[in-house]
Amino acid sequence: MTLIDHLPVFLIAIPILASLLILVAGWWDRRFCYPISLVTILSQFGAAVIILAQVMREGTVRYYLGGWAPPLGIELAIDSFNGFILATILLLSVATVIYARKSVEHEIGPEKTIAFYVLFQLLVTGLVGMTITGDIFNLYVFLEISSIAAYALIASARKPRSYLASFNYLILGSIAGGFILIGTGNLYAATGALNMLDIARLLPASFELATVHAGFLFLVIGYSIKAAFFPLHIWLPDAYAESPSAVTILISTVMSKVSVYALFRIIFTIFTTAYIVDVFPVTGFILFIATVAMIAGAVIAIAQSDLKRMLAYSSISQIGYIMFALGVANQIALEGGILHILGHAVMKGCLFMVAGLIIYRVGTSRLSDLGGIAKVMPISCAAFALAGASMIGIPPTIGFMSKYYLVLGALEAGHWVYAAILLLGSLLAVGYIWRFIEIAYFRDGHDGGSGARTLEAPASMLAPMVALALLCLLLGIFVEGLMEIVGPAASLLLGGA
Amino acid sequence: MRRNVIIKTVSRFLVPFIQVYALYVIVHGALGAGGGFQGGVVFAASFILMIIAFGLTCVRERFNYKWIVMLSALGITIYATIGLLCLIPGGNYLEYGSIEALLGIPHLHGYLIDAVEIGIGITVMATMTSIIYDMGDTGGESS
Repeated sequence: MTLIDHLPVFLIAIPILASLLILVAGWWDRRFCYPISLVTILSQFGAAVIILAQVMREGTVRYYLGGWAPPLGIELAIDSFNGFILATILLLSVATVIYARKSVEHEIGPEKTIAFYVLFQLLVTGLVGMTITGDIFNLYVFLEISSIAAYALIASARKPRSYLASFNYLILGSIAGGFILIGTGNLYAATGALNMLDIARLLPASFELATVHAGFLFLVIGYSIKAAFFPLHIWLPDAYAESPSAVTILISTVMSKVSVYALFRIIFTIFTTAYIVDVFPVTGFILFIATVAMIAGAVIAIAQSDLKRMLAYSSISQIGYIMFALGVANQIALEGGILHILGHAVMKGCLFMVAGLIIYRVGTSRLSDLGGIAKVMPISCAAFALAGASMIGIPPTIGFMSKYYLVLGALEAGHWVYAAILLLGSLLAVGYIWRFIEIAYFRDGHDGGSGARTLEAPASMLAPMVALALLCLLLGIFVEGLMEIVGPAASLLLGGA
Repeated sequence: MRRNVIIKTVSRFLVPFIQVYALYVIVHGALGAGGGFQGGVVFAASFILMIIAFGLTCVRERFNYKWIVMLSALGITIYATIGLLCLIPGGNYLEYGSIEALLGIPHLHGYLIDAVEIGIGITVMATMTSIIYDMGDTGGESS
């Protein structure tokens, strides 16, 4: 075996060691934390890209921990779907950690810097573990690792409201965790297997069992809470709005995406389309709730007076778009949904970075205090406009491409009404994106006393933001290359090769 | 809390036995029921007993936060390092048999499992104790 074959386990084992190294080195000198974290996450990203290339070339990569083949052992399995998600989340993690350095100095006290980087590293590792594992119980273990790191990170803003947000999330997250564990137990009771492919193979024999139905519901509801799917989203606005900017970026782009990934994986790989279409028809219901989420999230977002809170509600709306793909459940819609996982991560990451920069410089994210901000922060507001255009779905951005595939898929499945509602949701997105643009560019306020002084943030915060904004555009233009990964991923979910 | 001589004496007497039992559970993990997690919890229980008998501050002086962090890091390091060492002879992560085959020492995989379990035990013990410290910490003086 060459070193390349061991990359899947390096993705998890090395970062855990690195998080310990950050802890110990941080005691020595606090300045070591950031470089170690950056190098680790960069090398994780590199490894993810290599693995993805290998998957596209040779098919699914499997790694048996301890040399025990399933069903005895735990396996790490990377196919085109989770390879794509893996590269996406690590790309965003790299952007976030570069952005985080200045943001942490500003928002989190120096005595908590070490803890921040340790938890950040653990959160990323937990999410990577969730993405690449091929074992349903292992999925739960990594979910808890990432959740516990996330609770602590949200509370690290050290404001009373952030403690409350973290505690609310802790309660709901624990309920979700309990549901997921019960669901996993039900599947184990029905099949006697924990490996995902094994369960998928054994499950059809017990499709009619009430145990399986209950397990399905527990798993779907549990992961829907973690993904903040519409009626289960109540933890999300506070958690996003009250946590430090760097944490908001990471949990809004990476963490929610991995929960959505887990949901896709459970529904399509474990239960397969045969179950959700014929035995236990839920796709229609999910489709309905997803459209409600789109509209409701967008409408509430328009009503917000705080930039971060507005973006948080917009996330609820966007999760609706991804779940829309799950509800339609055909090839084209799933391609759109998977594309939207990447697209939403990139554009929401960029938007939250702008919000973080505004907090960094102006000290508030209340929309009414941000009049004319574009005159002092031109680059940030331009990035917001670009990512916002992608959020609305203006061609040729990535947001347009994913929504185009979603609508196409819905039309192919004959869901005319839902396709129309999806377009209406995009119109509502114009509402909240334009609101900030209008305040930033056309209102007075920030140009008065400050004169020619620019408020742009340090380059280490601007660079990842600009990079993500440009990615919104470039990914949309060069979408053909992405489709070569997304297409096989979607057909894999539907049970094809 | 009023110091009670019976509680103090009994716990002083019991703590070594609890700890030996914890070590037994940890080492037994390679062969049957038991393992690092359970043993680590039992080991931490001995500290909890001491906290109940002698008070939080007294235990904290002997086993402070810095030790806890170092031990919890050490435990995971033992685990992950042994796991990675298995890659050198060409095995998968945690495939103990590969090292055994390379060095030719019989039953080496059993000892390696024990070493990994000890690592887990150390981390669990340290983490459990730190949880108790944080829960018992009233933010000021403890009564």
